[in-house]
Amino acid sequence: MEQALKPEYELIIEAGKSERHYWRDLWVFRELFLFLSWRDIAVRYKQTFIGVTWALIQPLITLVVMTVVFSVIAKMDAGVEAPYAVMVAAGTLPWQFFATSLGNTSNSLVTNANMLSKVYFPRLIVPVSAVIVSFVDFLISFAILALVMVWFQFVPSWRIVFLPLFTLLAFSAAIGIGLWMATLNVEYRDFRYIVPFIIQFGVFVTPVGYNASKVPDSLYWLYVLNPMVGVIEGFRWSIIGGDSPINWTSIAISAGICVVLIITSIKFFRRMERTFADVI
Amino acid sequence: MSKPIIKTVNLGKNYLIRHQSNAPRYRALRDEIAGRFKDLGRRVTGGKVRDDDASRETFWALKDINLEIEKGDVVGIIGRNGAGKSTLLKVLSRITEPSTGRIELRGRVASLLEVGTGFHPELTGRENIYLNGAILGMTRQEIKRKFDEIVEFAEVEKFLDTPVKRYSSGMYVRLAFAVAAHLEPEILIVDEVLAVGDVQFQKKCLGKMGDVSAGEGRTVLFVSHNMSAVQALCKKGLYLKKGEIVSRGEIAPVIGEYMREFRASKDNDGELAVKIIPGVYIDKLSFTPNHATSGDDIDYQLILRSTEDTRLDYVMFQIYSASGQRVAVMDLRRTVPTELKSGEPYQISGTIKSLSLVPGEYSVAVWVANHDHQHEVTDLEVLTIDDCEARNGLVPISPQHRGMLELQYNVEHSPAIEFHAQGERSQ
Repeated sequence: MEQALKPEYELIIEAGKSERHYWRDLWVFRELFLFLSWRDIAVRYKQTFIGVTWALIQPLITLVVMTVVFSVIAKMDAGVEAPYAVMVAAGTLPWQFFATSLGNTSNSLVTNANMLSKVYFPRLIVPVSAVIVSFVDFLISFAILALVMVWFQFVPSWRIVFLPLFTLLAFSAAIGIGLWMATLNVEYRDFRYIVPFIIQFGVFVTPVGYNASKVPDSLYWLYVLNPMVGVIEGFRWSIIGGDSPINWTSIAISAGICVVLIITSIKFFRRMERTFADVI
Repeated sequence: MSKPIIKTVNLGKNYLIRHQSNAPRYRALRDEIAGRFKDLGRRVTGGKVRDDDASRETFWALKDINLEIEKGDVVGIIGRNGAGKSTLLKVLSRITEPSTGRIELRGRVASLLEVGTGFHPELTGRENIYLNGAILGMTRQEIKRKFDEIVEFAEVEKFLDTPVKRYSSGMYVRLAFAVAAHLEPEILIVDEVLAVGDVQFQKKCLGKMGDVSAGEGRTVLFVSHNMSAVQALCKKGLYLKKGEIVSRGEIAPVIGEYMREFRASKDNDGELAVKIIPGVYIDKLSFTPNHATSGDDIDYQLILRSTEDTRLDYVMFQIYSASGQRVAVMDLRRTVPTELKSGEPYQISGTIKSLSLVPGEYSVAVWVANHDHQHEVTDLEVLTIDDCEARNGLVPISPQHRGMLELQYNVEHSPAIEFHAQGERSQ
C-alpha cells in the first residue's frame, strides 16, 4: 500500500462531486475483496461437526436430486448423447450460481451496515465479495461435475474452452442485477422480499429444466431479455457439445443486457453509496 | 510542508429529519407508493396535496467548518453530545459525504470510530486480527509483520485460536484496540473509543497513541468527553457547539472555554426539560450548596414530569469526575417504583451526608428505567467541590495526588504523642 502513495498524496472531497480516486482506492483495498469473501465462507462452516465437507455434500445432493427429478419426472430431452447428470448440471450449476449471488449481493450492504457506518472503504467491495462467495461454491460444484463426467467417461467437446466466457457472463448478470437490488435495499427494505421472488420466478423463465428451443417463437424476443437464457444455453453448448443447439442471437442479446446492467448498476451504486452511511 | 494536512472550506452536513411521531426508521417502498396514491387521490378530489416540507426539516449537523490542521498536530475535538463532533469525523474519514464545501486531505486517513468494527464473533482471535486489519486498510503483509506485536499488546496469546464470542468483553476490546493501535496512517481519526476497557488498558492505549504522534509526526484528531485525556494527549483543541466552531487553538484555553460555557448553561436555576425516556422529562436537578466543600452535607432535588401515565422502576444518580470516570452512584431504587401521573411533577429530594469527594468539578448524570425503556442523560448538572482551607496549619496535598475520595477518619497513637493527630478533620 505504501508504494501506491506518492509523497504528494492529495485527496479532495467536494460536496456533490464523486471522488476522483475511487478506482485507485478500489485497487488499494483489493485484498479486502478476498478477506470479506473468506470471512463469509469461513463463518459458514464454523461450529459444524463435519466442517468444510458441507461444501461438497450440498452441491452433490442438489445434483442427485435434480438428476432424479429431471430424468424421472420432467423427462428433459436434449437430443444428444450425454449422461443425464451432466445435462442437468449444465443447466442447474449456472442457475444456482446466479441465484445465490443475487440473493447474497442484495442483502450484503444491509448485513454489513455496521461496517459501512464506521469505516471507509470503497463500498463496491461488499456486494462484489458476496458474488465471489457464490463463485467459490460454483467452483466446488463444478469440480463435482468434472468427477461425474469422469465417472461416466464422458468427454466434453473442444467447446469447453468457451466456458469461462459464459461464466463471466453469469458473473456480470449476477453483479449487474445484484448491485441494483443491494442499493435499493439500503433505502427500501422491500427489496429484501422481492429478490427471493425474482429467483423463484426466474427458474421458470430460464431454460434450467427445459431447452430454450421449446419456447414459442412469438414469445422468444421477450424470453431472451432474461440474460440467464444466453448463459445457460452457452453452458449446455460448451459442455455437452454434439449438436446441442445454440442461438447466437440470444447469446449476443444476453451479453448486451449484461453490459447495460453492469454500467447502469455501477453508476447508480456510486451515486447512492455516498449517503449509504446516513440511511442504512 | 507549508500546506496544511487537513483543510476544510465551508464544510457542512445536513440531514433531513421527519416530524412524524412514529416515523419508521427505514423508508418502505409501500409508504412511498401509498403516499403517491394519496396525493393523486387528493389532487383528483381537489384536496390538499401532501406537503413534504411540513413533515421534514433540514437539520445542520455541521455548518461552515473552516479548518486548517498542520502535519503532526494532535487536535482534541470537544463539545456536548450532538455538537457535531462525530459527524465531523465521519465526513473527514469519508464515511459520509459532506452536503456543502470541500475537504483537502494530504495523507492517508484511518478512522477508529468504534473498536472492533467488522469483528466476527464466530472467527478466532487470529482470524479477526487479519479481517479487522484489512477493513481498517492494512495489507496482509503489513498485518503479518505486526502480528506478534498486536498479540502481545492485546495480551491474548492463549486465546488466539478461540472464537472471539467466547472472549470476555475486556479481552475483546483489547484485541480490537491493539489492531487499531498498529495502524500507520498519516492521519488518525479517533472517536470516543477509549471509554471502554479497563483503566490499565486505557492508559496503555493513550500511551501508544502518544508515541505515535510524538515519534512520527502523525496527525491525530481525537474526540472525547474525557477532558483529562484530551488535555494530556492533545496540543490543540477545537470546541464545537451545534455544528459550529466556537473556539480553537491551544488546548488549555479551549477546554477552559468549554467548561465555562458548560457551567454557565447550568446557571438558569437547573430548569432543564430534558427528555429521558419516552414521556418522561427531567425538569430540574439541583444541589445546594453547589460549590460545596468536601465533607459537607448537601441537599439534592430532582423533579420529573411525565406527559403520559407511566411507571418508573429505577432512578439513579451517577457522578462523573472531570476526566469522565464514574466515581459514585446514588441508588434511588428505594424511592421507586412509582406511578407517574401525566402532567403532575414528581419530586425526589434529600441530603447527601458528608460528601467525600475531593475538590474538583463533577458532572452528574441521571439514569432512569422502567420496564420498557432505560436511559442515562449525562452532563445534567455540574457539582463543584471547593478546596477547603488549610487545616491545622498544613498545606493540603495538591488535587492530582489526592485520589478521588476524601476519607473520614481518626487516628490514635500508642504510645500517645504530644500533638493533635494531623488527619483528623474538623467538622
